[in-house]
Amino acid sequence: MQQFEFSDISRILTPILARHGGDASRLLQVLLEVQDVCHFIPSKAIDLIAAHFGVPRVNVEGVVGFYSFLSTHPVGEYRLLFSGNITDQMLGKDELMQYLCNKLWVEPGKVSEDGLVSIASTSCTGMCDQGPAALINGWPLTKLDHNRLDLIAELIRSRKPVADWPAMLFEVADNIHRGDVLLGQPSEPGAAIRATLARGAKETLAEVDKSNLRGRGGAGFKTASKWSFCHAAIAEEEGGIICDVGGHPERFIVCNADEGEPGTFKDRVLLNSYADLVFEGMTVGARVVGASKGFLYLRGEYRYLLQQLEAVLKRRREAGLLGENILGQTDFSFDIEIHLGAGAYICGEESALIESLEGKRGRPRNRPPFPVTYGYKGRPTVVDNVETFACAAKIAEKGGAWFAAIGTAQSTGTKLISVSGDVARPGIYEYPFGVTVSQILDDCGAEGRSYAVQVSGPSGTTISWKEFERKIAFEDLPTAGALMVFRRKRDLFQAAQNFADFFAHESCGFCTPCRVGTELQKKIMSKIASGYGTASDLEELKRLGHILKTMSHCGLGSSAANPVLDILEKFPDMVESKLKAFAFKPAFDLDGALATARTITGRDDDWAHL
Amino acid sequence: MSENSDRSPLPNPLPQAGEGAAVSPACDALKKTRIATCSLAGCFGCHMSFLDIDERLFGLIELVEFDRSPLTDIKHCGPCDIGLVEGGVCNAENVHVLKEFRKNCKVLVAIGACAINGGVPAMRNNIDLWDCFQEVYCYEGGLECGQIPNDPELPLPFDKVHPIYEVVKVDYFLPGCPPSGDAIWNFLTDLLSGREPKLDYEMLHFD
Repeated sequence: MQQFEFSDISRILTPILARHGGDASRLLQVLLEVQDVCHFIPSKAIDLIAAHFGVPRVNVEGVVGFYSFLSTHPVGEYRLLFSGNITDQMLGKDELMQYLCNKLWVEPGKVSEDGLVSIASTSCTGMCDQGPAALINGWPLTKLDHNRLDLIAELIRSRKPVADWPAMLFEVADNIHRGDVLLGQPSEPGAAIRATLARGAKETLAEVDKSNLRGRGGAGFKTASKWSFCHAAIAEEEGGIICDVGGHPERFIVCNADEGEPGTFKDRVLLNSYADLVFEGMTVGARVVGASKGFLYLRGEYRYLLQQLEAVLKRRREAGLLGENILGQTDFSFDIEIHLGAGAYICGEESALIESLEGKRGRPRNRPPFPVTYGYKGRPTVVDNVETFACAAKIAEKGGAWFAAIGTAQSTGTKLISVSGDVARPGIYEYPFGVTVSQILDDCGAEGRSYAVQVSGPSGTTISWKEFERKIAFEDLPTAGALMVFRRKRDLFQAAQNFADFFAHESCGFCTPCRVGTELQKKIMSKIASGYGTASDLEELKRLGHILKTMSHCGLGSSAANPVLDILEKFPDMVESKLKAFAFKPAFDLDGALATARTITGRDDDWAHL
Repeated sequence: MSENSDRSPLPNPLPQAGEGAAVSPACDALKKTRIATCSLAGCFGCHMSFLDIDERLFGLIELVEFDRSPLTDIKHCGPCDIGLVEGGVCNAENVHVLKEFRKNCKVLVAIGACAINGGVPAMRNNIDLWDCFQEVYCYEGGLECGQIPNDPELPLPFDKVHPIYEVVKVDYFLPGCPPSGDAIWNFLTDLLSGREPKLDYEMLHFD
């Protein structure tokens, strides 16, 4: 285990703290860098950081404890986190993880005795089309198999720095199999901004309104309404108005790239290959609402994109598309800063994301007030999904009527669908809204043998083969973009259990119904999975689901029971086949739970058994 | 104090509680309800709280009689109407006692935080059992010669402490650490008079 002397820590911290300055909203970014260098956050570093920002120590500890990529204990020089999504699991993740653990003599979830390596699971890393995937010190590994793990074990044993590992291990493919207006028709950088400036801000808002663009993060709120609320919002502070319409432009544009919903990876592809389009949309938004500052909240799992995104921003600044006096317009300045997340699904919720941007724990706020009036640092803030901004750029360029002509009445435009699971060609498919699930299944090579599809990730809907004619649209099946396909004979209960584990892990812990409810749900699912379930457990699951849905503070809790309730309703036989016929059965193996104590004491008498 | 804590005599007792239950010969025409209580991995705090019903015990004893309980020192539970179990399940003996209660009691009640969730004893659940034994018996302040006791008379501990509902079916949960005397009184009088036990908010918050 590494030991850090106080002077070491101080030496490591000084340049980091100097670079980030004294604004406490930089706290999370500082902690990420410290974690990188030290492989954990030493207690003494917490003292120094708290003193630097002038915040109580407990605030810093609270942030460290909240994000799963930060830790107060050393996690090993090489920290390997296997993506735990059901699609990775179906591709053999559990067996591969055990294989690597055996090779490196380390227990899952623990650090090897020499402090060299730790291997554990993490929530979906957004590589479902090229799994099983993992992260090594934050860098994505894809298409893992035994050969690759042999190589990785060798590289770790020889202590080769991750930066020097062969590039093929880190290859991330876009896998775009169907492009439409977003992916298929390239745009000239700056075209949307030029069109916006030529047309005027108010007129561009009118075009966005006419396009009927709705948020692509899943909720489907009308983008034009969000932008006009933000534009009209008046923020007050200490009695004085600090920004008003046409006054000081203290408004913010935030791009939500915390793509945490398991099975979703479209934002990764947009940011990898269409970053200009996304930044363009943000800039158009800034012109419309009157913002001078924007943030891209990039999930920690996509940190490998940071460098190239910074390069895109730099190129755009040099081209006069960002920064002061954009395209020579003296009253238009806007710049974008990239802010990294650190492994917390809840930060995809817009108010939690804002808290995280401010350097705090990602706890969802009470709403109202909504971010459009009271967002980042209390200022009017627009938070939109990556894909929404890409669409907005296209609308600014080509007009609202053009966009509104695509898709259905309530869902205009196209939708990027991230397809994974039991299909021949997993990847990104762009369709006009209104496409049927069966059409997508045909195109991606599922060949009619599919049994169930999880639409929009664990928090979405499970649909059975009887419902494959349903349409992807806000009118029928709203989605943030994930489509996970399960073939016949797949154990859907295992999928529901995987999702229950996911929610229990990702609950932020703020409200009791969610914190306790997701944990109880996980426990009952695990009880059923290990063959101790009875009929009364199903009733308990339904009761719990009702509490989660109705009593939770935010969307995480209220959707946490969806996959469990869906499988109970649509695939009851999948669950019932696992139940015991007894009225009651203990939740664990009584005799087995005594085995350790038998070994320790060397006893094997009658009383040492149950 | 809320109206629930009034100390009036009991409402009408159970009409005919516990058919088939062993009834003491001292009990005349009206069969008394038979109650057993025990503490597993608990601190007897819930039992102390039970005694906090104070003089209402006199009213209660008109209606009930005690089977196994610290009040009687009976060692094994016989057929009963109500079983009150304090504490979680931390060792093999706890399971034997708990199963005996479940077998004999028509209504089984988990009383207090430890029975319901594992409570304070379950704080050892994050510590490896080997580490527990070594710390207690092998390191400083342990037994002579650093032996780990292996007498069959000693109950063998589980890897983890479990709430009782994971081992037997539980009919009612009476939360609190401990539940107040008033809460226990309300709960029992509801049960004895054939009402579905219901605790108001005042009985359930502890701040």
